[in-house]
Amino acid sequence: MTFPSVAKIELNDGGLEPFGDGSPESFGGRGPESFGDRIALSMRAPNRFRWLLGGDGDQLTITLGGTFSIDEAAALWRRVSEALESRRKPASVRIDLSDVGSMDGACMALLVHLRTEYGKRRVQCEICGGSPELRGLLDLHGRRRLRLRSRRKATDAVEQVGVATIGVFSAVVHVLDFFGELVLAAFTALRVPRSLNLRDVGLTMERAGADAVPIVLLINFLTGFVMAFQSGAQLERFGANIFVADLVGLAMVRELGPLMTAIIVCGRSGAAFAAELGTMKVSEEVDALRTLGILPLRYLVLPRVLGLMLVAPALTLLADAIGIFGGVLVAAVSLDVTPAAFMTELRQVMVPWDVISGLIKSVVFSGTLGIIACQRGLATSGGAEGVGRQTTSAVVISLFSLILLDAFFTVFFGALTS
Amino acid sequence: MISVRGLSVGHTDRVLLQGADFDVEQGDVFVILGGSGCGKSTLLRHLIGLETPRAGSIHIAGIGAPRLRGTAPEYGVMFQSGALFGSLTVGENVAFALQEWTDLPEPAIDAIVKAKLALVGLEGAEDKLPAEISGGMKKRAAIARAMAFEPNLLFLDEPSAGLDPVSAAQLDDLIMVLNRALGLTVVMVTHELPSILKVGKNCIMLDKETRSIIARGDPRELGRTSDDPRVRQFFAREAA
Repeated sequence: MTFPSVAKIELNDGGLEPFGDGSPESFGGRGPESFGDRIALSMRAPNRFRWLLGGDGDQLTITLGGTFSIDEAAALWRRVSEALESRRKPASVRIDLSDVGSMDGACMALLVHLRTEYGKRRVQCEICGGSPELRGLLDLHGRRRLRLRSRRKATDAVEQVGVATIGVFSAVVHVLDFFGELVLAAFTALRVPRSLNLRDVGLTMERAGADAVPIVLLINFLTGFVMAFQSGAQLERFGANIFVADLVGLAMVRELGPLMTAIIVCGRSGAAFAAELGTMKVSEEVDALRTLGILPLRYLVLPRVLGLMLVAPALTLLADAIGIFGGVLVAAVSLDVTPAAFMTELRQVMVPWDVISGLIKSVVFSGTLGIIACQRGLATSGGAEGVGRQTTSAVVISLFSLILLDAFFTVFFGALTS
Repeated sequence: MISVRGLSVGHTDRVLLQGADFDVEQGDVFVILGGSGCGKSTLLRHLIGLETPRAGSIHIAGIGAPRLRGTAPEYGVMFQSGALFGSLTVGENVAFALQEWTDLPEPAIDAIVKAKLALVGLEGAEDKLPAEISGGMKKRAAIARAMAFEPNLLFLDEPSAGLDPVSAAQLDDLIMVLNRALGLTVVMVTHELPSILKVGKNCIMLDKETRSIIARGDPRELGRTSDDPRVRQFFAREAA
């Protein structure tokens, strides 16, 4: 059976492919061969390759010809996949490169893959023929595998829980260790003030404090605004408009001002600290500091934590004020509560402890955020991916800790004042 | 200068080197060499004091562990990438240890910094940031920083890695000058054969498979006289 030299036929799978001379000889005298029930075709076109199947008995011969480059790799891969998916399992396979004009590494890699896959199925596969350059390329792509030590992963659920528990305890020990060393560094700084890296304290106060003012103002204004808006609608039903001052004022100074400010600091400064220290860790700058006799906790961590704790009260006061202003605005516009009435009501219900407790929270929140972010940063390993991972971890753990601390303070201050 | 006895080093889950004994004499240029993954840099980190050995002891000038206790630097270290502090200029990097550990006035520190940078061929680069200089210049700046506190001992981690042949040769010449003119003891990790043969006076070769030292001596002799095929293969740059 012969085929026209240039024609198009519809394959069983509905695909259309141009093909060239497909004489019976190309099928080893056995007539059309099936790739899993489809007819094998000879393809010849300018710059295309030939993939001819043949063989005797249980030996399959794949004769390749033409030019193989990355442009032909996709088509070659289809042939390789079809050969591997074929239900026919020969005893041995011979891939003949004698008629190949040139081949690049990508195509050679696919043939090596075919040989390897046949090997896994215990089918002997040999790649033969070809110019010395092709043989050299084959040697290059069929080299000895790197012996990698495989890391044993925990298999069953009990083992996984055990590994995770050990990991948690180990992390807690590291954090406590870190906190302890930081306290020691703080005492050293108190004894020898010159040892404190004041330059970084100032830089941190500028970046975490002054630079954060616009966003702190915006977010807390909106917080007060939304709170007054939402609560005002309900209060108006009971003719209790004036109590919007109590609600917004007390909520801002006791809870939302410190918390929203801490969240902003976490996102801005916490992530920045973790990324900065993590990058220093992976680029060996932290090691270099140690070899110069500088303890990283004293030089890098303490100034950052101190800087955050120093700016926290100021940022929180700004947050409280602008949040209350947002409430005043809504109350004046939609609740018929004048600013003067608002502030009079607020002065009646608010006591200094409300503001002070909020400021204490803000200092503790900021200190905690700083410690967590720096600890995560200094624990970084594994290049850029490690820096990203620890930065994310710093933010997540910080947010979780904020909520935990806020709950603690709510109970603690509640017990204190009751 | 350095005395190592029964040293075992590695990571949490595997040992890279065990039972290592060697000495580094004063004035030596001591090379730690071996194939990739055999533990050269890990051994160097243990010698510097950045990591704690699993077993054995390391004494430098008679002082054992722990080192790097937050005191004035006793030796200089140049890391593979230079590890210059990115937010400081080259001059500020070199001046760092002097500002931290001495009471020298700023003009005196500036003069020392200029001299150290001139020593490594970087005069005039004081005000450049690390991001503004080439890889070879970063390494030389890192050596200047390591030298600022006048150490007797210098650790170098892959000083020629990533450098073009001319820059690598210049760095080798610098190491030889520091050793001969200043009597500096140098311990370096490298697998660059030209550097090993040019500057090395003594060496140990580590082996990944046996996790031990498989050769020691003058690197210029080892390649010719060693009976160990792994050593001859390394020096002949032959594939296994």
